[in-house]
Amino acid sequence: MSDRLFGVIGLVIALIYAWQASIIEESFLSDVVGPKVFPYLIATVMGLASVFFVLRPDDDPVWPKFGKLLEIGMATIVLLVYAELLPVLGFVISTIFATAYLAWRLGSTPLMSLVSGVFTALGIYTVFRLILGLSLARGPLGF
Amino acid sequence: MDVLGSLSDGFLIALTWENLMFALLGCFLGTIMGALPGLGPSNGVAILIPLAFTLGLAPTPALILLTSVYYGAMYGGRVSSILLNIPGDEPALMTCLDGYPMAQAGRAGEALAISGVASFVGAFIATWGLVFLAPQLVKVALLFGPAEYFALFTLAFATLGGLSSKNQAKSAFAAALGLAFATVGMDDQTGSARFTFGEVHLFDGIDFLVVIVGMFALSEVFIFLEHHKASDLKQVEPVKIGRITPSWSLIKACSPTMLRTTGLGFIAGVLPGAGASLGSFIAYSMEKRLVDKQGTFGTGDPRGVAAPEAGNNAAAGGALVPMLALGVPGSGTTAVLLAVLLAMNITPGPLLFTQNPDVVWGLIAALFIGNIMLLILNIPMVGLFTRVLLIPPRVLMPIVAMISFVGIYGVSGSTFDLMVMVIFGVLGWALRKLDVPLVPVVLGTLLGYAMEVNLRRALTISDGDYSVLVGSPLAIGLWAVAIVGFVFPIIFGPMLRARMHAGRESDPKDLTDE
Repeated sequence: MSDRLFGVIGLVIALIYAWQASIIEESFLSDVVGPKVFPYLIATVMGLASVFFVLRPDDDPVWPKFGKLLEIGMATIVLLVYAELLPVLGFVISTIFATAYLAWRLGSTPLMSLVSGVFTALGIYTVFRLILGLSLARGPLGF
Repeated sequence: MDVLGSLSDGFLIALTWENLMFALLGCFLGTIMGALPGLGPSNGVAILIPLAFTLGLAPTPALILLTSVYYGAMYGGRVSSILLNIPGDEPALMTCLDGYPMAQAGRAGEALAISGVASFVGAFIATWGLVFLAPQLVKVALLFGPAEYFALFTLAFATLGGLSSKNQAKSAFAAALGLAFATVGMDDQTGSARFTFGEVHLFDGIDFLVVIVGMFALSEVFIFLEHHKASDLKQVEPVKIGRITPSWSLIKACSPTMLRTTGLGFIAGVLPGAGASLGSFIAYSMEKRLVDKQGTFGTGDPRGVAAPEAGNNAAAGGALVPMLALGVPGSGTTAVLLAVLLAMNITPGPLLFTQNPDVVWGLIAALFIGNIMLLILNIPMVGLFTRVLLIPPRVLMPIVAMISFVGIYGVSGSTFDLMVMVIFGVLGWALRKLDVPLVPVVLGTLLGYAMEVNLRRALTISDGDYSVLVGSPLAIGLWAVAIVGFVFPIIFGPMLRARMHAGRESDPKDLTDE
């Protein structure tokens, strides 16, 4: 069932991709092939593979329960927010929170999560910023 | 003899203090990454590429660092196989069969030692194979025109799933997806914007480093988030290691095995579609058939540990041959190494040998040095690496995630790229759940540009005549191999897979490396 659904989604993606390729504005200085042919080839392969998934699906994978899907979704949001906040709060502060969240969700106690957040943030800051001189995100406080 | 001359020049490059230090660092980090369950050679190297890049390393030291990590991870993969019966990566799967029984019998130290020696023999001899075979392949590669290159890229994708591939349609879909990512951005030849949806950040295209780190490193974090309850059970008390230096008689007893499997593994590595996991598998099954007179294989026979380890390390060396000489990698990890080269603005392939001989031969010399370092590191210090296994994933995985962010942020300094990376991480997780291999996606993103350029160049030369794509015997040969390589697993795959997994009670699912 998952594979059939995946095949349908794949087919839709292939069609959208081909449609997007068809509206590429070609310049008057084009080579014989142009910018559309290679995308059409890709869309064909993708579409054929997707049709195959619909016709001959594999066994279903073990999908996680709803709670676990929520877990993945939450982690994604936290990481996206982390990316947004990096330049706002600076590397160290945002990393402490992001690491602590992940460590907590991976089974650490809340206190240990915070500890591992602080150590990870300071550890990375020391190694990559202070020793190796890499540029990390700077917040208003300069770190 | 000029191969040896070039090689000695290579040693002059590799034997500077700086490069030796990078080799040592790489070997050390690589062994740790290989030993950690959930961090294989491809994710290990993937996380480090953006870092090596942002640190502003010159191409040679950067390559030395990262290939040392690659070799180191191949060595390290055996540690968790032997001690925990959990392969660190797929090639290490076969090592579990005899390694874990040896550990249970209190001979863990011996198993680690003999597998270390076997890894050394395999990798060392394979590096010699690389020295002599790669320049020959370069001569062939010089005959390639754009049409042949297009066929060669197709061949690489067709055979990437490997002989044991489960579902070729999924491999094909994955490759197409990767190629589609590569087409995003400004088209070089006409200046048309493609698939940018008006988003300014996409005009430059999607950086392949973002794809690689997202797919390989971040998706691993999501996998652990999903399974964390199960993975906490793996907390085991340290196994008694026992004697860690191999006795001469043991080495002598295993020598014929090691030499035979090295040859076999090397060939498996060079051929498209085989790679290290098949290398270790055929090495083990051949030895079992040849020398297992008393039926001791599978119950803790040292030869059963030596065979797959020599085989997979030799295959790792062999896989570098097509990667360096043709610019077409045959496995996940070599795909990541290709990314290293591309990030350094070096295009592998025949021209690399003529234009940047210092890079190639410096790298090969570094492999020899790295091997010796790894042997020295691995025999006496294996106790240290076994400690690494005690780091719980709940501490490790957040660190992996954060280092991924640091690397990508260092390359681009853009929040947008970080978000794209997170999205690729989730996508990678979903694709892994659906059993879609990630390696073709990554390889497609890497090679898409070159593949399209070659197609268009071939057709421009022929003035739009598509028959040019099958216009030479060489091209026809490549297409034939591609078709056979794609069809073969559909027919023989299920049988081969059943044999590879026979004898192991737990089926390790979530492995990135092919």
